[in-house]
Amino acid sequence: MRQLVRIASWLYAVLIYGFIFLPVVVLVLFSLQATSFPIPPFTGPSLRWYDAVLSDTRLTSALVNSLLVASISSLAAVTLGFLSAWGFARFVLPGSGLLRGLITLPLTVSYLIIGMGLLVLFNWAGVPKSLLAAGIGHVVINLPLCFAIIYSQMGDHQINIERAARDLGAPEWKVLLLITVPVMTPAIFAGFFLSMTFSWDEFVISFLLTRFDTTLPVEIWNLLRSGLNPKTNAVGSLVFAVSIVLVVFFELTLLRRKPA
Amino acid sequence: MSAPLVDISSVSHRFGQHTVLKDVSLRIEPGSYTILLGPSGSGKTTLLSILGGFVTPSEGKVFIRGEDCTSVPPAKRPTTTVFQDYALFPHMSVGGNVGFGLRMQGVDGATRAAKAREALALVGLAAAFDKKPHQLSGGQRQRVALARALVIEPAVLLLDEPLGALDLKLRRQMQDELKAIQKRVGTAFIHVTHDQEEAMALADHCVVMNDGRIEDEGPPERVYARPATRFSATFMGESTILAGTVTEAKDRTSIVATPVGPVSLPVALPVGSTVELAIRPEHLVLGETSGDVRLGTAEVSDVVFQGSFKRVLAVSAQVPSLHFIARLPATATVQPGDTVAISCHTDQIILLTD
Amino acid sequence: MNSAGNNPPPRAGRALPRASSALPWALVTPALGWTLLFFVLPFIAMGFSSLTAHEGGGFTLSNYSQFFTNPSYWQAMVNSLQVTAIVTVISVLLAYPFAWILAEQVPERWQRLALMLAVLPFWTSYVVRSYSWLLVLAQNGVINRALTGSGLFAEPLQLANTRFATVTGFVHFFVMLLTLTIFANLKQLSPSYRKAAADLGAGPVRTFLHVVLPLTLPGIMVGAFLTFVLCIGDYITPQILGGNNELLMPQLVMMQIGRRGDFPLASALSIILMAVVTIAYFACARWLKIERA
Repeated sequence: MRQLVRIASWLYAVLIYGFIFLPVVVLVLFSLQATSFPIPPFTGPSLRWYDAVLSDTRLTSALVNSLLVASISSLAAVTLGFLSAWGFARFVLPGSGLLRGLITLPLTVSYLIIGMGLLVLFNWAGVPKSLLAAGIGHVVINLPLCFAIIYSQMGDHQINIERAARDLGAPEWKVLLLITVPVMTPAIFAGFFLSMTFSWDEFVISFLLTRFDTTLPVEIWNLLRSGLNPKTNAVGSLVFAVSIVLVVFFELTLLRRKPA
Repeated sequence: MSAPLVDISSVSHRFGQHTVLKDVSLRIEPGSYTILLGPSGSGKTTLLSILGGFVTPSEGKVFIRGEDCTSVPPAKRPTTTVFQDYALFPHMSVGGNVGFGLRMQGVDGATRAAKAREALALVGLAAAFDKKPHQLSGGQRQRVALARALVIEPAVLLLDEPLGALDLKLRRQMQDELKAIQKRVGTAFIHVTHDQEEAMALADHCVVMNDGRIEDEGPPERVYARPATRFSATFMGESTILAGTVTEAKDRTSIVATPVGPVSLPVALPVGSTVELAIRPEHLVLGETSGDVRLGTAEVSDVVFQGSFKRVLAVSAQVPSLHFIARLPATATVQPGDTVAISCHTDQIILLTD
Repeated sequence: MNSAGNNPPPRAGRALPRASSALPWALVTPALGWTLLFFVLPFIAMGFSSLTAHEGGGFTLSNYSQFFTNPSYWQAMVNSLQVTAIVTVISVLLAYPFAWILAEQVPERWQRLALMLAVLPFWTSYVVRSYSWLLVLAQNGVINRALTGSGLFAEPLQLANTRFATVTGFVHFFVMLLTLTIFANLKQLSPSYRKAAADLGAGPVRTFLHVVLPLTLPGIMVGAFLTFVLCIGDYITPQILGGNNELLMPQLVMMQIGRRGDFPLASALSIILMAVVTIAYFACARWLKIERA
């Protein structure tokens, strides 16, 4: 019986892993295709489509745009999130529960609707479509995430640590710089990298709020109109690779939090 | 008598609707080891927070070294706190932790390190200077917290259940060390605990708190031998409590009628007043060799062997609601189910009039 | 009467700094302001927009009434709810055993790696993931080549541009998400529960049914709700994999903006979609409470 469960488990796990990795393997494999269609039979390996991607200025500038939007919007989100988490965790504010609820509210609303709202507002206020507009949207979706992560890590123990610092004579700004920020570093990093990944992969808000200069997911979307193309595979594989790098960073910051 | 180091004057405190301290006044002498003893919710931790400056009392004043410190922030008052969870800075080395207070005072690095090493040596952790807090055991972290608080030479050191997180054996060991360190540095310690053994072992001055009030205060020997209130008699050690009414009073002697018979006491009490009599377990006499006050007979319900003694619980045959708590030598042969005569000596009866 | 004894003059610099009352607000105001300006205000703008006529402005309820009277709009909502329900159920059913295997059958030291691998493609963008499935499901894609090549089918199957493709793309994503949440739930479960159940004579099957499953159910509900919210609001997956044969709500919304620039109708449809999610949330919250009681 136990043996049977074990075999069935293995079989099931292999099937699910297969299901999960099938599209990724196909994507990466046919990005190395030598011929013009990313369909069987496999004719590679060849790096010609990566060459094509890197010499396509639309794609490369979209890649730079994506990195810029992701890093700047994540920086803004994590800064706002940290400051507000600190404020709510340390001080008694009237209506604190309600205000915290307001900050985390965007988490429950789909990106499409957040993007739509901003589109309508910017359209009405005469704000042109731009990377800046998309970045604002990315802060809206990532701020509640950073806030929630950092706020959840500011427990009683952290409060006592700050009290101890004040008790030993540290003024408020030294408490912030010497104690709070260093102690919260893992949570701050986690918030930042998670925001980076989400912003890097985000499509619909960027699609709605940018026009000429746009982010990589939107540019890939434009490529899709030409049908299946190994160049799309190549750029998709690159996007995937960058996401993995971010996730590994994220994992490492999470792991670092463990011994503390 | 010199001026008190700390003078808490009529302090009350409310959290919303809930009053946690009710008109508390307390004086603390320089160089003393004061214990605030009480169950959770008695207000002892709030009182400590008020002393440390983390809470501003709703009413009343706190004077430290004669200065009104009632609303002075923690950083600016001559107190430091050792927190229950130690609150060591996890990202700094032990040396960095201990030197932090001096760093805030602008003391230069070399002096800071020297003083920090000195303070660590005082608590027996000279070798831990470069370690991180998470590399230390619970007892060691406790000592680092102590060194960190002492290094800035506060007038008063506040300790919030400092031994609460340690296991029993370590707790007793740290208890002795705390006392020794306090004697060496001569700083006044104010220490909050709910452990009465800890209180008796450490305190020069023991303050028993309950329900936001000070029930009793004084040297622990006095508080144990002559508790002022029923709460004090049952919280600081155990007691058998007898309720009674004064029926007769001649000069210097009163007769108190209790459910187990009249008890004669060598004090003058108003006739008709109700009193309570407390008897410590070690003062109850079981069996033939009786004391001068007879308390009827009782059936032994439970005998608990505790190593150096036996704790005996017995139910009065005359008054089934009356439970005697006695302490007998470990060699005593009493068994559950035995019926024994109970008595005690007049001079060991504690009179409670609250 | 001497009041000085009761109220000594405040000493400058010794009392709590005045900044301490302004500081907390200075800390939380930027985040609150951002949320109000770029989340709440857009919502209000969308609300106003949904009540104006596309042609000529002016107040109208027609954007909402259209949804209820135009059968193709109504159908998009029905499709969305159907697809979301199917995806949620299949994903939970696939993910639970997988998470259980990872938590119970995989040796402790490999679990972290196994889990990380299992959710690796989770971090790719929607666009790339959906495109990858298109490669797999296309007329001449991997699956059809395998099927016709092996002689099982003479003609390639129509897999792409169907509801099947949309559901597959969604399930792929949500199996990973749910594996993460259910795995975390199973690991949080104290082993003493299982030991206690076994000690009291329950076999592995009954332990699972009476102890493990009920204790992880609230976590599954949270995961399922998350699946519902993310699935019903996603545009990319149905657009790339389902094509335009069958419209889902997000596609309908985007269509109003793209082709016709009809912001008022798009706003109204977005608000209706939001309302459905909100209703689902309250239904779900109530159900969760019953579970706990």
